[in-house]
Amino acid sequence: MMNTNRSRPRFIQLLLLVPFLGLLDAGLYNLAEPKLLGFPFFYWYQLLWVPITVFVIWIVYRSMPHDD
Amino acid sequence: MTTKPDYLAIGIFVAFFVLVVVVGFLASRWKRTSEVTNLHEWGLGGRSFGVWITWFLVGGDFYTAYTIIAVPALVYAVGAYGFFALPYTIIVYPFVFAVMPVLWRAAKQQGHVTAADVVYGHYGSRPLELAVALTAVVATMPYIALQLVGMIAVLSALGLHGEIPLIIAFAVLAVYSFSSGIRGPALIAVLKDVMIYVAVIAAVAVIPSKLGGYGAVFDAADQAFKAKGSGGILLKPAQFVPYATLALGSALAAFMYPHTLTGVFASKSANTVRRNAMLLPAYTLLLGLLALLGYMGHAAHLNVTDNNDVVPELFKALFPSWFAGFTFAAIGIGALVPAAVMSIGAANVFTRNFWRAYVNPAISPEGEASVAKLASLAVQIGALLVILYLPIQFALYLQLLGGMWILQTLPSVVFGLYSQRLRAPELLSGLVAGLASGTWFIWSDGLKPIHHVALGSFSVSLYTGLLALAINLVVLGVVHLARSLGASRAHVSDSVPVRK
Repeated sequence: MMNTNRSRPRFIQLLLLVPFLGLLDAGLYNLAEPKLLGFPFFYWYQLLWVPITVFVIWIVYRSMPHDD
Repeated sequence: MTTKPDYLAIGIFVAFFVLVVVVGFLASRWKRTSEVTNLHEWGLGGRSFGVWITWFLVGGDFYTAYTIIAVPALVYAVGAYGFFALPYTIIVYPFVFAVMPVLWRAAKQQGHVTAADVVYGHYGSRPLELAVALTAVVATMPYIALQLVGMIAVLSALGLHGEIPLIIAFAVLAVYSFSSGIRGPALIAVLKDVMIYVAVIAAVAVIPSKLGGYGAVFDAADQAFKAKGSGGILLKPAQFVPYATLALGSALAAFMYPHTLTGVFASKSANTVRRNAMLLPAYTLLLGLLALLGYMGHAAHLNVTDNNDVVPELFKALFPSWFAGFTFAAIGIGALVPAAVMSIGAANVFTRNFWRAYVNPAISPEGEASVAKLASLAVQIGALLVILYLPIQFALYLQLLGGMWILQTLPSVVFGLYSQRLRAPELLSGLVAGLASGTWFIWSDGLKPIHHVALGSFSVSLYTGLLALAINLVVLGVVHLARSLGASRAHVSDSVPVRK
């Protein structure tokens, strides 16, 4: 049902796992320093993953055929 | 908190509510493709919503009024741990991007309206369809009730107490969703979301400057948690796994609810869904900043008896009353949009998977719309009665259980999109095992969502919903293997190569 058998888009889809890796080990980013605009690292790091995730999804999106 | 009515704020609040009533009624005429009122029109808007309407609609019913009140309240109470809503509402989008277009296509091709329709279409099993449908309705009811908690918080901040204002607000909800179906909340969501964006952007821009900047806000919160002796602006090591599993489990559950799925199914193409997975994270940025209102509450030295009053009290303390009224109207309307979509989603499930399946299989599309309209009304009245006559804590506990329950339907709804190997009895066994074990754990843990697991020297605390999903999958796998082995043994003993 992924409507393509080509291997390139399927491989690129693995990129969708990147936000999970970046966010699901809280020990990785549970830090006060370095601060950014007064925000402890814990907060701005997670907020930063919003644009990163959008970018990652966009990369996958443009690699696949838009059949509708 | 003050209980004196603030007439300027009330006036602005009422003016926006009247606007919502007008928009809600006009919506029934909006973008109509046919004059016939059937369930596809009433419950899914004729599957005609493009990228922007879907963005407002899903954004409006996923990031609910309850979220706007409860996330800052939780952050105010416990600190960093309450922030799990942020990773949750980030990782949900890769999942939505990968899975929801496939689900949308399966629904579109066969005219499905609900997740349980998709399940029945795929497996042809009434018991599995019923289990998925029942779980969906039961999980959604307390969610609707909780929207009223958001409403109560802003009404009481305006100085409006008692049951009458709440009942009026609910009458507005009932009437416009009855007459306009999903088009009502879709159009109102545009208004509501613009208002919420204005309110939150003003808050995150103005409040820190009044309180000495974000650095001072975090310092004030840090000191408040140290003085209290619990919570903190960073996690404790024991909270790492609960934090991550709450985020993951919530993300997997979020788009199994009827209201989020209704938003997905109402969009006009799979590509609309994909592009929304890229655009919806804008709301997550908003939510992350909104959560910090909890810390601003500490910096402003608010003294609230109920944590849910943090956001309303903060706006009252730091903004002129006309702007507070505007913000409260945004939150109040913000309660109506998800409550309408949730009751419509639940009504769709009732109509398709109970009424059509068991009461009247020969029902016409127009008849389906009539049943769904009455069902949505019944769901809304039920939610109102729950809030008026039962303790709010009861709805909170049910919503906690609901999140764990709805997560258990994921294998039944999603796996069939990718594999033809599974059969209904296996999925049903897993679903029942997940529901039963999860409910038992949450109950025996004193209605807390975190369960402690110890296997020998290995021990970990994790979100119970995810643990129950693991049990669900193990049971599903074991029953599947047993059936496969049984089938191949039967095949051998026949010793006749019937199949290739």
